[in-house]
Amino acid sequence: MAYDTQFLLGLYRQMVLIRQFEERVKFLFLEGVMPGTIHQYQGQEAVAVGVCSALEAQDVITSTHRPHGHALAKGLSIESLMGELFGKVTGCCHGKGGSMHVGDLEKGMVPAIAIVGGGVPIATGIGLSFKLRQEPRVAVCFMGDGATNEGAFHEAVNMGAIWSLPVVYVIENNRYSASTPICQTARVERLTERAHAYGIPGVTVDGNDVLTVHEAAQVAVERARSGAGPTLLEAMTYRITGHSRRDPCLYQPEEERKQALAEEPIGRYGAWLLAEGTAEQAALDQARAEVDAEIEEAVRAAQAAPAPAPEAALEDVFA
Amino acid sequence: MTYRDAINAALAEELERDERVFLLGEDVGLFGGAMAVTKGLYERFGERRVQDMPISESAIVGGTLGAVLTGLRPVAEIMFIDFVGVCMDQIVNQIAKVRYMLGGQVEVPLVIRTQGGGGKSYAAQHSQSLEAWFMHTPGLKVVIPSTPADAKGLLKSAIRDNNPVLFIEHKLLYNEKGEVPEGEHLVPLGQARVVREGSGLTIATYSRMVGLVQQAAEGLAAEGTEVEIVDLRTLTPLDEETMFASVRKTGRFLAVEEGHLTAGVGAELVARVTKNCFDYLDGPPERVAAQDRPIPCAPALEKATLPQVEDILTAARALVG
Repeated sequence: MAYDTQFLLGLYRQMVLIRQFEERVKFLFLEGVMPGTIHQYQGQEAVAVGVCSALEAQDVITSTHRPHGHALAKGLSIESLMGELFGKVTGCCHGKGGSMHVGDLEKGMVPAIAIVGGGVPIATGIGLSFKLRQEPRVAVCFMGDGATNEGAFHEAVNMGAIWSLPVVYVIENNRYSASTPICQTARVERLTERAHAYGIPGVTVDGNDVLTVHEAAQVAVERARSGAGPTLLEAMTYRITGHSRRDPCLYQPEEERKQALAEEPIGRYGAWLLAEGTAEQAALDQARAEVDAEIEEAVRAAQAAPAPAPEAALEDVFA
Repeated sequence: MTYRDAINAALAEELERDERVFLLGEDVGLFGGAMAVTKGLYERFGERRVQDMPISESAIVGGTLGAVLTGLRPVAEIMFIDFVGVCMDQIVNQIAKVRYMLGGQVEVPLVIRTQGGGGKSYAAQHSQSLEAWFMHTPGLKVVIPSTPADAKGLLKSAIRDNNPVLFIEHKLLYNEKGEVPEGEHLVPLGQARVVREGSGLTIATYSRMVGLVQQAAEGLAAEGTEVEIVDLRTLTPLDEETMFASVRKTGRFLAVEEGHLTAGVGAELVARVTKNCFDYLDGPPERVAAQDRPIPCAPALEKATLPQVEDILTAARALVG
């Protein structure tokens, strides 16, 4: 498929933005200036960017406890995310959600859901709503491999299937459910084999290749939008960071990590852009320098922003 | 009009009034609901507005949240309140918290209708009164009507409310008859009703227990004690002031509920009354509730487990004695 250069460079920039954002946030956490805990997205950037680049602005995503990549890919501003991670009033949830619940309905992102599998019924309900209102919109449900072992996954994917709802269920298979390898908790080799049980298509793709993800997502999104029903899309990827802030990731075998680092999506895609002659190294370097500057500005703004007044804790319980 | 018909009428009126309202649940369509509450609605409004669901409570309740976030106003039915265990995550972690977690970005106008309570020998998994669980969850409103008029008026208010409401019916009340005002009838959430005035003892209660307390009050009146009965109608928001005003008048307080005693609704009511009306109380408040054990099937055992009129009489006599 032929893409224009702007689009291809845009994908690169988006992935680098997520990577650099996460790396900066990791150090801010290590410095102890951010509250709470954190689940990071390094290594999985091609999934969020590949899928979200196949969506329209009015489409809606649900996310997980590892939501920063999805949020940036869906268009939330760096400032509103950084502000939220710092627990400041400028955050997208005014400091009430934190890292695990970032979201912005205006941007089409339901607050991230930090209960594994919890988003699958909600995305299905969004699809039901689009269908009932006859709106040509699509819901995308991001989930990890571990979520496919939750009961809610089965209930909700089945429901999406029986009503041909406009939903794309995206499994980001990073091979670990926290520390437990998915091969220990699922007998099927590909999680999309489970799609047969619901009578919907199941497609497994290389989740570290952003264009492959984009193209598979486009097919699934078009299918959903046309009323043909949901797709179970599995993107094979790898988490090159710990499950959460305190996880040194010692359970990932060294050989496996080495291999995964060699296949991580940004290096691969950058090399491809250079080899294809789509971009010069200078353009890639410039993209990185630009996002770094934007991230630094967002850090400065978040650090300078006021913390919420304690009284604000009482607000927003009820409408 | 029966309690069942009053609820049916409220649903029909709200479906008629607001295009965004729709019903979903197991067997709510052509079958008309396991308790026959939605009878005729499928025929009248069609399957787009009255949706039969798979036996997938988590997907049903989670689905309502998705629908709300994109502009609809769903009313889900969970056949028995006992089944909330399989969708507790969606109710407690998602629905009750989404507005707060998002810093107020969204309103969550959804209703989960269900029914609870014992008295039909349905045993341990189909007879419970679990309202206290949800009173303990900030972000949810809990509505629990005792009469046909309240069932209709409160349900209509619940559907129009911009917050998630758990609407708990009682399986033994469906055939109870009562006057229901003609035309538009709304009962605001958070307003208790004084069912009977009296100066000797305040009894706060709700749902089916209102009827039992009324029977007990007749007996107590014959013995010279005038009971004031406060039907709470909604547990969240809780109309404390009506309850406190009554206690300040009578000086005695009894909480009656069908749920279990320990950490139940009555425990909360007694704590609040004690704190706020301490100087007015003539003695320690008391509770009548279900015994702390699963609800058994055999009628004699069930009767010994759930509160009876005799239990209310005994507790009331001890308070005024």
